[in-house]
Amino acid sequence: MSGTGNILEVVKVNKSFHDPVTVPVLKDVSLSVKRGEFVSITGKSGCGKSTLLYILSTMDTDYAGDVMIDGEATQGLSGSRLAEIRSEKIGFVFQFHYLLPEFSVLKNVMLPGLKLGKYSAEEVEHRAMERLKELDMHEHALKGANQLSGGQKQRVAIARSLINDPLILMGDEPTGNLDSKNTAIVFDIFKHIASEHKQSLLVVTHDNDFAARTDRTIVMDDGRVIS
Amino acid sequence: MKLLLSIALTLLRAKLRQSIVAAVGVTFSITMFVTLLGFMNGLNAMLDGLILNRTPHVRLYNELKASPEQPIDLTTDTATHHFVRSVKPKDELPRLRNAEAIMDALVKDPRVLAISPRLVSQVFFNVGTVDLNGQVNGIDVVQEVRYYQFMDYLVQGDPEDLATGNNTIVLGKGLADMMAAGIGETVQVTTPTGERSLLRVVGIFQSGIADYDKVQCYANIKTVQKLLARPGSYYTDINVKLHDLLTAPALAKELSARFDVDAVDIQTANAQFETGSNVRSIISYAVGIVLLVVAGFGIYNILNMMIYEKLDAIAILKATGFSGRDVQRIFLLLSMVIGIAGGAAGLVFGFVMQNVIDSIPFITAALPTVTTFPIDYNPKYYIIAVTFALLTTWVAGWFPARKAAQVDPVEIIRGK
Repeated sequence: MSGTGNILEVVKVNKSFHDPVTVPVLKDVSLSVKRGEFVSITGKSGCGKSTLLYILSTMDTDYAGDVMIDGEATQGLSGSRLAEIRSEKIGFVFQFHYLLPEFSVLKNVMLPGLKLGKYSAEEVEHRAMERLKELDMHEHALKGANQLSGGQKQRVAIARSLINDPLILMGDEPTGNLDSKNTAIVFDIFKHIASEHKQSLLVVTHDNDFAARTDRTIVMDDGRVIS
Repeated sequence: MKLLLSIALTLLRAKLRQSIVAAVGVTFSITMFVTLLGFMNGLNAMLDGLILNRTPHVRLYNELKASPEQPIDLTTDTATHHFVRSVKPKDELPRLRNAEAIMDALVKDPRVLAISPRLVSQVFFNVGTVDLNGQVNGIDVVQEVRYYQFMDYLVQGDPEDLATGNNTIVLGKGLADMMAAGIGETVQVTTPTGERSLLRVVGIFQSGIADYDKVQCYANIKTVQKLLARPGSYYTDINVKLHDLLTAPALAKELSARFDVDAVDIQTANAQFETGSNVRSIISYAVGIVLLVVAGFGIYNILNMMIYEKLDAIAILKATGFSGRDVQRIFLLLSMVIGIAGGAAGLVFGFVMQNVIDSIPFITAALPTVTTFPIDYNPKYYIIAVTFALLTTWVAGWFPARKAAQVDPVEIIRGK
């Protein structure tokens, strides 16, 4: 844990798209997320909120500025080190579930845990079952990923993102494909994660109701944080 | 690594049909490679054996030559060109002088595997009123059986009779047919010096070269010495078999200088066989490797397609902590699994094919001991086949795998 106690610290991040002409998308973005904090990022379409999230996720490395995750500066780290950071400290939920149809629900949840290799395969399986139970999906553990409904798939994706006890869970429109009922379920899960497990959440959304119920909302416009 | 392999296998199972098609390509090429090389080299060994088995690695002999120094060369008159050549070859016997000492020295030489002395002489076979020209080879039967596959060419009779019997002879098939002589009958032989003897036929041999079989015959070296009324130390040739065939040319030169005899090595005597074998080998290797490369393209295509279909999976694997290298390994493993499975099946099928060919009858008068197509079961070809299969699948897998490693997950995920 870094001295400031922030899980995520962003200092003056700038990014431009160069194709076909140079267009700045992020301008001096600075923000921080504390442990156990549930933060949402909103803004108009094209304001750069998703771009920011992918920079914070360490998957996009083409930017200027500093991003500190759990006190470690990620700028300039090697691809494999960044992969380790993602494996250990960050969980992702996307608009699309990205479950692998070749694997069972349980195996889908287990994969990131097996990759991290912190626990034995049996242990990882046990932990995966726990996560599924928490999300009320344990009855479907042995089904193929394709046999689930959209809301169920998203819950499995959340279970997968939590398998390694990440410090922070990042979501890119995680409820974008869901109906209001499932959106409510997912929101409650997120709330529970933040309050019970003290894991931080950073969720990009354009759903203002969803954003309003989070601990803090960061509003972006035209590449800048405006509030 | 175990995790990556299990992911690779799961992806493979999901695309089982395509994977099997790719593996079958490898299987087919390995099968053909092993079969082709086994068959080709079996044929090579057989054809080469026709001559090379009968040919010593180094042959020491004494050739009759015109005297290199003519008396007129001794004059000091250098102004004129002289062409008087009056001194004819000396009337000396074609024997190897001091043969026993040479043999003693050769036996002690560590490069030499075995030696077998010979006494070769022209003879006439008297058949009714006709005299047939022949050449009798006095041989050390035990050595010839052991080192020159004498048995392979003996179609009738027992070499034991030749080794132990007195006045016994083994006739070439053509010669025996001309004389209508079978085993147990006697033939009359006249030597160049006019001596006549009766020899009992104890065997028929067939070398596969018709002209050779019409002239050649074999007898115990003692019998021939007696026939020619020569002493027990009279030899015309010493055949030397070496541990390493390739040292023959150098050794021939050395022996020739050391013992003051003529020496010819197997490479000089049979240069054309080497060339023929090499060309056949090169052709079969080329065909085999082309097949493997084609199979490699098959794997490359299927893997490329798979990666295109699995972009989502690659993206999420990367997002959840798998590095580019992990993804590369997954697809490389996938390719290797196809290669290993296909290659292993190919070896089995190759072995089966070799056995099938080996059991096809192949009967030819020229090759008395050959009844089926010859196959060389040398494990070398299996090892080469597997090595090339793994190499091609690795290369074929490497390029798509690297592409997969470079997939940018952000691009895939944001594209949805």
